[in-house]
Amino acid sequence: MIEAVGLTKRYGDKTAVYNLSFQVRPGTVTGFLGPNGSGKSTTMRMILGLDNPTSGTVTIGGYPYRKLPNAPRQVGALLDAKAVHGGRSARNHLLSLAQLSGIPARRVDEVLGVVGLQDVAKKRSKGFSLGMGQRLGIAAALLGDPQVLLFDEPVNGLDPEGILWVRNLMKALAAEGRTVFVSSHLMSEMALTADHLIVIGRGQLLSDMSVTDFISANSADFARVRTPDTEPQLREKLTSALTEAGGHVLPEQDGALRVTGLPLPRISDLAHAADVRLWELSPHQASLEEAYMRMTQGAVDYRSTVDQKAGLQQPLPPGAQPPMPVPGQGQAGWYAPPPPQQGGRPVPGQAPAAGPYGAQPGPYGAPQGHPGAPGAPNPYAQGQAPAMPAAAPAPAVAPAPAPADLTKTQPEDDAR
Amino acid sequence: MSNHQPPMPQAPAAAAPDWQAAPGGQYPGYTSPIPVVRAHLGHALASEWTKIKSVRSTMWTLGVFVLLVLGIGLLAGAVVSNSSSSMDDQSPLQLGFFGLLLGSMCIMTLGVLTTASEYGTGMIRTTMTACPSRSRVLAAKAIVFFVLAFTITLACAAFVAMVQNAMVQDNGARTPTGSEWFKATVGVSLYVALLGLLSLVIGSIIRHSAGAITIMIGLLLAPLVIALFMFAQSLHKLREWLLEYSIPNQMSVFYSNSLSTTGPSGWEPLWIILGVTVAAYAGAFALLRSRDV
Repeated sequence: MIEAVGLTKRYGDKTAVYNLSFQVRPGTVTGFLGPNGSGKSTTMRMILGLDNPTSGTVTIGGYPYRKLPNAPRQVGALLDAKAVHGGRSARNHLLSLAQLSGIPARRVDEVLGVVGLQDVAKKRSKGFSLGMGQRLGIAAALLGDPQVLLFDEPVNGLDPEGILWVRNLMKALAAEGRTVFVSSHLMSEMALTADHLIVIGRGQLLSDMSVTDFISANSADFARVRTPDTEPQLREKLTSALTEAGGHVLPEQDGALRVTGLPLPRISDLAHAADVRLWELSPHQASLEEAYMRMTQGAVDYRSTVDQKAGLQQPLPPGAQPPMPVPGQGQAGWYAPPPPQQGGRPVPGQAPAAGPYGAQPGPYGAPQGHPGAPGAPNPYAQGQAPAMPAAAPAPAVAPAPAPADLTKTQPEDDAR
Repeated sequence: MSNHQPPMPQAPAAAAPDWQAAPGGQYPGYTSPIPVVRAHLGHALASEWTKIKSVRSTMWTLGVFVLLVLGIGLLAGAVVSNSSSSMDDQSPLQLGFFGLLLGSMCIMTLGVLTTASEYGTGMIRTTMTACPSRSRVLAAKAIVFFVLAFTITLACAAFVAMVQNAMVQDNGARTPTGSEWFKATVGVSLYVALLGLLSLVIGSIIRHSAGAITIMIGLLLAPLVIALFMFAQSLHKLREWLLEYSIPNQMSVFYSNSLSTTGPSGWEPLWIILGVTVAAYAGAFALLRSRDV
């Protein structure tokens, strides 16, 4: 149980963390998200008593960290994989930490086995790869078999096997009744690992809720409905029927309709009642990444810009086309705010979405192509929910996007 | 040290302090099968001993130290014993001075590295997480380093003094008294070890290896070098003071061959360095408590 109350940290005139209050409960994996420089690591350092808060308090099990009698037996932490003396062997590093809190020396060999470093235990950690360093840091966190665990970016540099291992480790630790607090930038990973999310931006709390609530509050789940292209009047008919029933209908560029506020079976019933045939009726569920991007886009401090290479480029030969930039790169407001009726919390500083090529991709900034269409897979949506439920029959994909559309839509999808 | 009790599934009630009840009561928590012991300075000492012996810089600096002290000491002894010059009834112990003066730089380097290298590598965050009591960490480092530095210096100084004494016996050197022996071995070793401890404390304040080493080498050599170039009459007093209280001159007091007749004498250099080190330690302690790691 970690409890922060009014936590504030200032470095000179820069406020890194402002008035942060949250609780991290035992038995669940709590994710800690936020853009670069949003104060995640500062918060973690304050939890561990490394930095003194300017004001406010943070306690673990009711005690400030520096007042815990045998802190490593209560709290284990991985802050920084490279926070080791490179000249010391992995085993000696862990041994010195174990001795510091009276942990039996054989526990060192146990955790070395747990993280899979037993073969390099006698090697100096200077030669370790990033992933091996992470494993050593995780070993140090597990050394005291503590009740509370903090991990700052634990999967950085790990191989796929290691990522899977960390994911299962977090869940197993939480299932044993421990408090697990983990920060990460890998949204797909957090969606699989965390039960609860604490999101901060610019040092302030943006959200403190379960992953499911977070996604539905900060993204627009919608249904895509496609009427036969050959009969435009059916489209108008369906639109009015859906609007009458309380749905919110937005036309998409390729002729499909984006419907929010109505469940899929209801849309089907309404279409049937209005005697409109459907070519497609498919759910579009937002990923954690999309929800996160929508929420934090106003709080991003470090945003990349397009690499201009001004004055460095050779003049293009006559007739040659300049390369198209990848859409989404370096554009503020690429992710549109959630619709107000969804109850999402708009972040100040958001700009309405503008299409990469001047075209309006709709207020949601969502892809034009079908998420399940060949060539445009949404890697996050697949992990999140069954991407293609039976509700969307295969022929519905019919209007295959033109090659030009493909190149347009795919990076857009990937960028999300 | 670390094997107090074997890890048993049911920890004896006495081993689990009562604070475990607090977080466990309100929220269903996890209780480790490994018995929890109350950490104290002894644990920190064991940890710091593991740390200091498991890095190569310790072996390098102490190796160079032993080489300098023994090498220069034996060389000086050999030169004197092979020359026809007479020691003029002087104490043979003073031959050990030059080796130890140069060697003290190694001890200072090791002292700085003991604390400052943890800041350079980021290890300090791991250490302070594993032991939130910062005063305990600093105390353990100071004790482990001081004992190590003193033991090594004493062994080298005593060995060199005995060998030199035997080598120059025929050159008319007088036989040193017991108190002279004590000052030239234990006394000067305490001085060098305290100089190293001061470096350790400076390393903790500066938090940067190269910077702290430069400061300490400067402290060792600068007063002497500056004094050598103070020709002006008006600076005469300052020059005298710098010469007398420079670290090399203070060290030579232990061998009773001071550059000047005034200034510190007897055991005074030891009290001076002790006072400076205690003051610096108090400063480092206060900074360590208040600063962010």
